[in-house]
Amino acid sequence: MQKITSRHFGQENSHKLENYLKDEGYEAARKALTMTPAAVIDEVKKSNLRGLGGAGFPTGMKWSFINPTNSKPRYLVVNGDEGEPGTFKDKYLFEQDPHLFLEGVIITCFAIGSHKAYVYIRGEYLKSIERLQGAIDEAYRAGYLGKGILGSGFALDVVVHQGAGAYICGEETALLESLEGKKGFPRLKPPFPAVVGLFGCPTVINNVETMACVGPIILRGAEWFAKLGCEKNGGTRLFCISGHVNKPGVYELPNGTTLREMIYTHAGGILNGRTLKAVIPGGISAPILTPDQIDVKMDFDSLKAIGSMAGSGGIIVMDDTTDMVWAAMVAARFFAHESCGQCSPCREGSGWVYRNVKRIYDGEGRESDLKNLPGIINNIGGNTICAFGDAITMSVGSYVTKFRSEFESKIKQPLVTTH
Amino acid sequence: MINAGLLQQLDKIVARYEDKQASLLPVLHALQEERGFISLDSEQDVADYLGIPVVQVHQVVSFYHLFHQAPIGQCHFSVCQTTACALRGSEKIIAHIKNRLGIKDGETTPDGKFSLSVVECLGACEIAPIMQYNKEYKGCLTIDEIDRLIKQNG
Repeated sequence: MQKITSRHFGQENSHKLENYLKDEGYEAARKALTMTPAAVIDEVKKSNLRGLGGAGFPTGMKWSFINPTNSKPRYLVVNGDEGEPGTFKDKYLFEQDPHLFLEGVIITCFAIGSHKAYVYIRGEYLKSIERLQGAIDEAYRAGYLGKGILGSGFALDVVVHQGAGAYICGEETALLESLEGKKGFPRLKPPFPAVVGLFGCPTVINNVETMACVGPIILRGAEWFAKLGCEKNGGTRLFCISGHVNKPGVYELPNGTTLREMIYTHAGGILNGRTLKAVIPGGISAPILTPDQIDVKMDFDSLKAIGSMAGSGGIIVMDDTTDMVWAAMVAARFFAHESCGQCSPCREGSGWVYRNVKRIYDGEGRESDLKNLPGIINNIGGNTICAFGDAITMSVGSYVTKFRSEFESKIKQPLVTTH
Repeated sequence: MINAGLLQQLDKIVARYEDKQASLLPVLHALQEERGFISLDSEQDVADYLGIPVVQVHQVVSFYHLFHQAPIGQCHFSVCQTTACALRGSEKIIAHIKNRLGIKDGETTPDGKFSLSVVECLGACEIAPIMQYNKEYKGCLTIDEIDRLIKQNG
């Protein structure tokens, strides 16, 4: 299996420039700087690279939304806030291959005509921050950053920005607010960040892993990358597998690999020989799947077709001992805790959903609780500024729909569970 | 008052940004590193330094959970309670810490030694259950490890 973004993981001192240079390091940036920005964007479009933070938006197309006639400064903002439960891949990229990431940043900035990039890293990832800053310092000294990069006329500065612990800042416009020194309240769109972004200027916001794919695409070509994945979703992806599996971890696999193969072949199957009960395929916001659905191909379009989403690539596996009302309560608690409080349906609804599910879990549920729950859940999504409200509806709603009998039996016959 | 050493550090941070206010989060991180937490007086110091209203600083300090508005213990247990950790037994670990130390989520022991924060996903689900212990991630957490840390620092 060909590894691209994880190919240096586990190697000694893989974060150091001298080791990165031994494996064609910064050759892609060198090549890109001899191309025109339009040619770089075109190559990335043809590669079918899609945003790997969760939304899956075609990366090349996003870059092309920057209006070349706008005379304001342009910014690249990298979203390294990695807070979607079940997701931990960006941490590996920052810690183990920061130069691969940085090379992608250089090429992206060249393509969109930006001379300043901000990398927003979640506040708890202190080692990621330290490693990336170390790589940036090395890159400045070696002439890969700063003025006249690699003898060209292109200049770029990169700043690492430490977050301070708020899930909502992973939402791209909340991240911009946070980067501007404010609380993380998502912005109304339009205007989109490509038009009015950081400091009111045109801005591209990309995920860390997306950046790591850019160098290899430029070096080996769009066609090569596209062929590694599936139709309309090129390349490989870092899938994060956790929960009740024997070998939790990060696995780089082609887009379109089945969920079954990921769980049973790569992650070593279900813990202690037990059987699968449910699986979250793309971070906590993705609707939960049942065992009859795990032959789904893991790419953006295939998961959408079965009513879930590929999201951030975070797979959380639950075995047959899992109480699904409890699991729904844990998810609802997360959303209630992390709602930013800007929009009433989400601020009030997230707490309401949590209290309702918790009451059922605690054995104090009333029949009206289960009757009201879908109505409360469905009145959050679609009624808020950002997709967080939709995530509550999709995520918690999927537990209630798919495991309704467990909710019903808790109300009819309250049980004390062992979790 | 911001001392000369910290002032120099803050000036360097501010210089990285196009807009002075954009440095608010890193400035608060640096200040908290030095003072341990961000008091109302510290908020005023930051507001004066950046030339922004103090209410704006307060909004930010209270919005982000990594900023502490009161002193925290020398040993800070931030234990994850989200799905991947919960499936691997984080509830038992959290209950054990509460029980051993006699504190709830968000509290500090009277001797100022230990604090507990129950947090959402820390992004290290592959080594669940996990906590951040001061600045360090500790994975595959056990009750024995908690007992060891409490004994070592008690």
